[in-house]
Amino acid sequence: MCAQVCPHGVFAVARGKARILDRDACMECGACARNCPADAIAVHPGVGCASAIMNGWLSGSKPSCGCGG
Amino acid sequence: MDKSVKASPCCGGSFSSKGEIPREEGFVDGRVNTPAGPVPRVHSRIGSRDLLGRWKVRWGIGRDRYRVAPGLYALGAPDGNAPVLVTANYKLTFDVVRRDAAGLDAWILVLDTRGINVWCAAGEGTFGTEEVIRRVTETRLSEVVSHRRLILPQLGAPGVAAHEVRKGCGFSVAYGPVRIRDVRSFLDAGMKATPAMRRVVFPTIDRLVLTPVEITGMLRPAGGAAIGLFLLAGIGPDVFSLGAAWQRGVPAVLALAAGILAGAVVTPVLLPWLPGRAFSVKGGLAGGVLAACAVMWRRGALEAPAALALLLAMAAVSSFVAMNFTGATPFTSPSGVEKEMRRALPVQAGLTVLAGLLWVGGAFLR
Repeated sequence: MCAQVCPHGVFAVARGKARILDRDACMECGACARNCPADAIAVHPGVGCASAIMNGWLSGSKPSCGCGG
Repeated sequence: MDKSVKASPCCGGSFSSKGEIPREEGFVDGRVNTPAGPVPRVHSRIGSRDLLGRWKVRWGIGRDRYRVAPGLYALGAPDGNAPVLVTANYKLTFDVVRRDAAGLDAWILVLDTRGINVWCAAGEGTFGTEEVIRRVTETRLSEVVSHRRLILPQLGAPGVAAHEVRKGCGFSVAYGPVRIRDVRSFLDAGMKATPAMRRVVFPTIDRLVLTPVEITGMLRPAGGAAIGLFLLAGIGPDVFSLGAAWQRGVPAVLALAAGILAGAVVTPVLLPWLPGRAFSVKGGLAGGVLAACAVMWRRGALEAPAALALLLAMAAVSSFVAMNFTGATPFTSPSGVEKEMRRALPVQAGLTVLAGLLWVGGAFLR
């Protein structure tokens, strides 16, 4: 499942096991962790967005774009 | 794919799913009767109103109010065996779905993502497990279709746990292709996506359509900066001179505008070809090269400190603005962007201060 949902092809599954092929391609969206029935991977998901991170620094809260909808 | 919406100042609070947005919009052309009641049928044509709406949101006008009513819609003439495609209630997204799934007989289940696109809503959790379960239950989907399968866009996966949806409402989740235009091939292949259908790409046209909103987002801070520049421009041997404020302020504001264009338009369009991995480096280079051209062009009129200030300031502004484009791309990671910012912000600030000193100082040298 993790290999299926990853938008950047980070995983390869061989003989029933998933392996990380390219860690630097990961954008930390968290799709793999959310859809892993075995809870085998943890990601701190977030937005890779400079203004969001700046908002987070200024407001002292979790980075979010605008008000987080 | 378009992550641009995530920077929208959304807010507006929660939008209740009933009543507030009419389901009788231009894209509805009939009704399909089902055991769970009549379902609005949508057509695949994109009319002038849709085009105008798309143009407006690309410029950031009313982007957080561009929504369709959540619920179930019919595309073509679906029956109890037809596939169910799940999507977001951002109208830009919905229009792409009904356009690119044209010819298909399918149900479209629109979640209430508060007018945000699939990927960003998934990141925020509104395109999420609970909303899928709630919407499936509310629309009585199990009475409309005889199968128990939902096709979700792959980019909804950060918000949805497929195994929990199954537990919650009995429907299993299949992740379809990233782009809805591949959904027909996906269905024809027996719900199998090729690796290319699963990958996110960011071609030039996608980068280009995101640039207007980058510019409109900069208007307010740029206005403030322009006022500051006019004030600084007046400072000189006569303490403050209105004439100098105008005479030196106009070129400075033009340089600011050029720096913003370099960061918000030139850098995104040339993104893959600009050297470096960091957006701040790419933007700094684009701004620097543009500034060097400007210096060459105006070399007779510029004194050395002013020329140097122009060069530094444009590179710094472009670098900062380009860094903000990270939020629009489909590949930057939060930890990576934060790391870059910790390095780039002090450099950008330092260059700006240096440019300011050179520029103001230059006024006293004349």
